[in-house]
Amino acid sequence: MASPVDIEALDLKALARTIRGDVIDMSHRAETAHLGGSLSVVDILVAAYWGVLSLDPKDPLAPDRDLFIFSKGHAISAFYSTLAHRGFFPIPLLETFAVSGGSLPEHPSPSCVPGLEFATGSLGHGLPVGLGMAWAARRQGRLSRVFVVISDGEANEGSVWEAALLAPAQKLGNLAVIVDYNKWQATGRSHEVMALNPLKEKWQSFGWNAVEVDGHDIPALVDALNKHPYHSSQPLAIVAHTVKGKGVSFMEDDNNWHYRIPTADEVRRDRAFCPGGRKFVELGPWANRG
Amino acid sequence: MRNAFASEITALAKKDERVVLVSGDIGNRLFDEFKIAAPGRFVNAGAAEGNMIGLAAGMALSGLRPVVYTINSFLTTRCYEQIRVDLCYHNLPVVLAGVGAGLSYASLGATHHSLEDVAALRVLPRMAVVCPGDPLEVRLALRAALQQEGPVFIRMGKKGEPPVHVEPPPFAIGRAIVVKPGNRICLLGNGHILSMVMKAADILEQKGVSTQVVSFHTVKPLDKEFLQDAFKRFQLVATVEDHGVLGGLGGSVAEWLADHPSPARLCRIGTPDEFLMETIDNESARHRCGLTPDSVAAKALAALAPETV
Repeated sequence: MASPVDIEALDLKALARTIRGDVIDMSHRAETAHLGGSLSVVDILVAAYWGVLSLDPKDPLAPDRDLFIFSKGHAISAFYSTLAHRGFFPIPLLETFAVSGGSLPEHPSPSCVPGLEFATGSLGHGLPVGLGMAWAARRQGRLSRVFVVISDGEANEGSVWEAALLAPAQKLGNLAVIVDYNKWQATGRSHEVMALNPLKEKWQSFGWNAVEVDGHDIPALVDALNKHPYHSSQPLAIVAHTVKGKGVSFMEDDNNWHYRIPTADEVRRDRAFCPGGRKFVELGPWANRG
Repeated sequence: MRNAFASEITALAKKDERVVLVSGDIGNRLFDEFKIAAPGRFVNAGAAEGNMIGLAAGMALSGLRPVVYTINSFLTTRCYEQIRVDLCYHNLPVVLAGVGAGLSYASLGATHHSLEDVAALRVLPRMAVVCPGDPLEVRLALRAALQQEGPVFIRMGKKGEPPVHVEPPPFAIGRAIVVKPGNRICLLGNGHILSMVMKAADILEQKGVSTQVVSFHTVKPLDKEFLQDAFKRFQLVATVEDHGVLGGLGGSVAEWLADHPSPARLCRIGTPDEFLMETIDNESARHRCGLTPDSVAAKALAALAPETV
């Protein structure tokens, strides 16, 4: 089983910029929403896929692999880009995102790409399923750890808290949840729509080893995820404080970007912020459509 | 039926290490033997059904064969979206075993009645819906369900359902079983009321009307071959189910019939499209809803000769 890549040798910040560039390109090209929440989760994905997860893109179904569930399926463009750059499938496939007849649906379908463990899109499903996977891994004597990324809006769903109650009762130390806490959900501040705060303390009081971390500090995320003793009997909850629209100044913390689609001009402006963005976008025939 | 289920799941778990029993905080003491026979493979998931279905999906994705057991109304309509997305969309081999279907828990009130579940689950792609007719069929259905590649819903009564089969009948999901031969009326009995349907057939026979009784246990996939033949051979085909007349076996056969016009009549017998609001015991509830031998026989007779009513 391949281990996390040698992150010392990589410029993970540059990688995150590239993925953010992809996310913006994909949203513009396919005219898909959910840009803000796709940008907020990028550093979490980079930390997990380059700094934490034990997996082999050449053997995506290896029995002892770590399992990662991207439960906020609406932000899938960031996840597709992550999988592509991590080597699960060719990067040019990203150009077919949400294209009719392509293999990258706007919300993923089961097994649509290698590396996708579970098809999400309806909120509140990922953590219960991850809980089942963690239970099974322990039962079967596998070393696999299970990581589930949820959004803060997703934490509205009762099923999240049902799972939050059961995982500590089942003493599943091999399970981790990461909340992409970007402080917004579709139509309002996530901690105002629902009484989300204090979020870390909520997980803690449910029996989780809960920690807070800057969700854009990749080394801090890697550290938080790697420090947890997964052989213990306590699941891990990471409240990752993030900014919706992170990486593009005019999108940051502006919830219009939950649904808005960037115009060609905005994509060009974004180059200043995400210089790693993909070339094909800048040259594509769609570029003047916006 | 629940004792047959507990005994059979224990036997199956002994043979197959992958079998895991997930309970929604019911079955106290019922699974004591299972816990001894399959240590570490019983999970009480609490009264949290949405999570319970996701949990089972995660287990199935990991190669286990979870069987999820709880009160039928909470197993089905309460966590419908988890069943749809986690189990059906992903085509996972999870068995949903619901206890207390239909009016089995009539005395507990309408929150515990389960008269819409078949209608809801049968429209989900890939979902098999099996309603065993007696305790022996429960065992056979569970064995068959664990051989399936996708999700299966097994809809059970409660306890004390009289046996209908003396010997184990040939059983396959999607294949009807003829329990008693006859040639004018064909009663398609569905689920745990099969013994009542047998009594209705006795009444019809006493009135000189030859009546076949079928355990039509599988609502989905429908045994189309059987229907094709039955609508040719009989004057009347009647579905009988402890479920609403809307959308259950009767609705399912009616849909089939719309595409396969036949000279034979179809009569659907089930519970009315309403909530039972009053305090009522189980027997009275079935009486109220027309699920008694006399009532079924009378409805079938009336449908056989509508001009005489």
